[in-house]
Amino acid sequence: MSDKRVVVVGGGLAGLMTTIRLCEEGIKVDLISIVPVKRSHSVCAQGGINAALDLHGKGDSPYEHYDDTVYGADFLVNQLPVKRMCEKAPEIIYMFDRMGVMFNRTMEGNLDVRAFGGAKFKRTVFAGATTGQQLLYALDEQVRRFTAEGMVKQWIGYDFQRLIVDENGVVHGCIAMNMNTMKPEVFKAQAVVVATGGPGYIFGKSTNSFINTGSVACTCYEQGAKYANGEFIQIHPTAIPGSDKNRLMSESARGEGGRVFTIKDGKRWYFLEEMYPAYGNLVPRDIATRAIFDVCVNQKLGIDGKNMVYLDLSFMDPDYLDRKLGGILEIYEKFVGDDPRKVPMKVFPSVHYSMGGLWVDDDTDMTNLPGLFAAGEVNYQYHGANRLGANSLLSCVYDGFVIGSAMPGYLKEYKEPQDFDALANKHLTEVEKLYEKIYAMDGSENAKKLHEELGVMMTERMTVVRYNDKLEELMGMLDGLMDRWNHIGIHDRSKVLNQEVIFVKDMQKMITLAKVMTKGALLRNESRGAHYKPEFPNRDDENFLKHTIATYTPDGPEISYEPVKIADIPPRPRNYAVDKEETKKMAQKKNEGGK
Amino acid sequence: MAETVRLRIKRQLSPDSSPFWEEFEVPMIHGMNVIACLVEIQKNPVTKDGKKTTPVAWECSCLEEVCGACTMIINGRVRQACSALVKDLEQPIVLEPMTKFPVVRDLVVDRQKMFDNLIKVKAWVPIDGTHHMGPGPKIPEPERAIHYELSKCMTCGCCLEVCPQFNEKSDFMGAQIISQVRLFNFHPTGASLKEDRLHALMGKGGVHECGNAQNCVEVCPKEIPLTHSIGEVGRQVTLQALKDWFMK
Repeated sequence: MSDKRVVVVGGGLAGLMTTIRLCEEGIKVDLISIVPVKRSHSVCAQGGINAALDLHGKGDSPYEHYDDTVYGADFLVNQLPVKRMCEKAPEIIYMFDRMGVMFNRTMEGNLDVRAFGGAKFKRTVFAGATTGQQLLYALDEQVRRFTAEGMVKQWIGYDFQRLIVDENGVVHGCIAMNMNTMKPEVFKAQAVVVATGGPGYIFGKSTNSFINTGSVACTCYEQGAKYANGEFIQIHPTAIPGSDKNRLMSESARGEGGRVFTIKDGKRWYFLEEMYPAYGNLVPRDIATRAIFDVCVNQKLGIDGKNMVYLDLSFMDPDYLDRKLGGILEIYEKFVGDDPRKVPMKVFPSVHYSMGGLWVDDDTDMTNLPGLFAAGEVNYQYHGANRLGANSLLSCVYDGFVIGSAMPGYLKEYKEPQDFDALANKHLTEVEKLYEKIYAMDGSENAKKLHEELGVMMTERMTVVRYNDKLEELMGMLDGLMDRWNHIGIHDRSKVLNQEVIFVKDMQKMITLAKVMTKGALLRNESRGAHYKPEFPNRDDENFLKHTIATYTPDGPEISYEPVKIADIPPRPRNYAVDKEETKKMAQKKNEGGK
Repeated sequence: MAETVRLRIKRQLSPDSSPFWEEFEVPMIHGMNVIACLVEIQKNPVTKDGKKTTPVAWECSCLEEVCGACTMIINGRVRQACSALVKDLEQPIVLEPMTKFPVVRDLVVDRQKMFDNLIKVKAWVPIDGTHHMGPGPKIPEPERAIHYELSKCMTCGCCLEVCPQFNEKSDFMGAQIISQVRLFNFHPTGASLKEDRLHALMGKGGVHECGNAQNCVEVCPKEIPLTHSIGEVGRQVTLQALKDWFMK
């Protein structure tokens, strides 16, 4: 019993929930994280977590949540996992409630809920505007308890390097490096779970943390794991542009009544409300982002001609705002200097989330490499072509439950390799060789400058609007960047916490993954969710209701496709100017007409 | 040359080597914070005098002042580097690592002690499991609002940096821990471990070692009412001590 051991890489919500569920199944966990887990990127999630608890008695249900999610995802999603996630959501909220999360409450002491994008029911449970932080802390506390009991060993300041994978593609552990000593170490395990979040740092400035390089996902991909729907990158409509990163201004600002506008002909133009009367300011993110982009870039109607629009809360009661949105008001005040209780905020869209990620099995979250599982943003599972706000915290936590249930079965069948040490040494040598190479680099290029260039070229060509000629150009530019990577010069040859050397490694991964995203976008000649090509403005279900699957080859990603699995909800036109029921009728009429 | 930012940074190449100072001058960018200055040094690790050097090591993650990673001493004041905007700072901007924790390299320190102390006081709600058991206890909203503030503690260590009682010679756990004890003792289920927590704060390193300097509450970036927490937990410990005495 006690010799069951699994490595979890990443200590955000997904990694911690997986860890807890594994411990409950009697499985010991080595938890590897580059930062103390309490500092993981989940802390940045603000607005809340969705669950159809129907706390207002308006007839919301997990099925409605499921339908909203699939519709919001523009149907590019296997439906069963989404359905199960939405069914589990109320239990997940109650679990956090029992763990002591300080969710906002009503005067009766019940959980409070608010509205979020792409939904007509209020189903977002929240803790001020720091919900991700609060959920992460709750799980961190439970993991600390398991750490005290000896079930979990935390390896903080360890950087994942490589899977220990045999010739049949079965995973038996990983190599991770103690960053303080720069020594790679072998972690033997019967399975590895990666829960390393998204790749936002590839775009330079995004709402992501600096640690979200996508490096681990890329390594798994290079070692044979399939990467799915990489081209689907969510651009959040409302962020504060910054010199170092863009800071998120939560969708909950609009959920609580905030309005987006710009000035046209000397008057306030609430363009989202005008363009999308049914959903108004709460259209899904891809829709809001395209509208803001159009207003600023095409119509040149941004504030003072700049790429910015107003997000206004200043007409609301300041006490109410503090109670519901304190965290983001504080961020705006600290980083911009203005008080959003008094003046409208200035915002612009920013890269925010990756719907795509490692391909996983619908039932188990296992990748195509046996023994490698993926949880949270790093997998491609629940959000299709566009994620609805407040569904990401849910999917992270839900993945922990999926893996917790699947793992005992996998471990039962697990067979140790005949010579683990030889296998591990082979991979350890690969890692050592890589670092020998990096430590010896003495060219003229600087990794951080390359990163800045990568961010700019990706942001210009791979975000809101995509053109095939620009994407082709980008593929060439990425190849050029990879050539230049080989001519990096290292300034620091220390064996103590050498952040430069680690970043050089990550830089290669970021360029590799950027190519996966770009090639996927290039080949998808349609517009769906966050992926928008003016040359192909419509969704094309006949040719593209399928997942993009990238497989690694030394010459670049090889792209194939896999059909989307539909369970209950036939694809219908996606139109947020009208109510969801209208679109169902429209689809029905179209079907009848076709017969 | 365009407008620049001058920085003076205390460096240390390994845990046991001696510290030294280096000065840098980086291009000014609109809206720049201290993190952006450190990134500029990474792009061009050359001192003000033109000497090639190694990039400065520092910790950071969220850059929104919610993760606590980039805590350091900036112009003599402990705070997060992400929310330290260059336009508000006197130059040269002086950066130093926190002094109450062992230096790993440059501005990176090892704050593991804080997390270890959270284990000592059992800073968690003891749930029976993650399986479905219905909702948690109802909590009145006004009470919830007070304790939400406590739960925003990001374990950054600012309060410990300025605490005269928290140092290598003493076991005093500091305001951060005491405030977490208040949070978990308040929670109806968390209260099951109240006695254990109070006992952990009774002996060596306990709440009575607070010298009432009140520096902690001044520097807390999340404006957590730390001195209220110390007062409240102090009362709880006293009551517990009396109870222990009567139960003997």
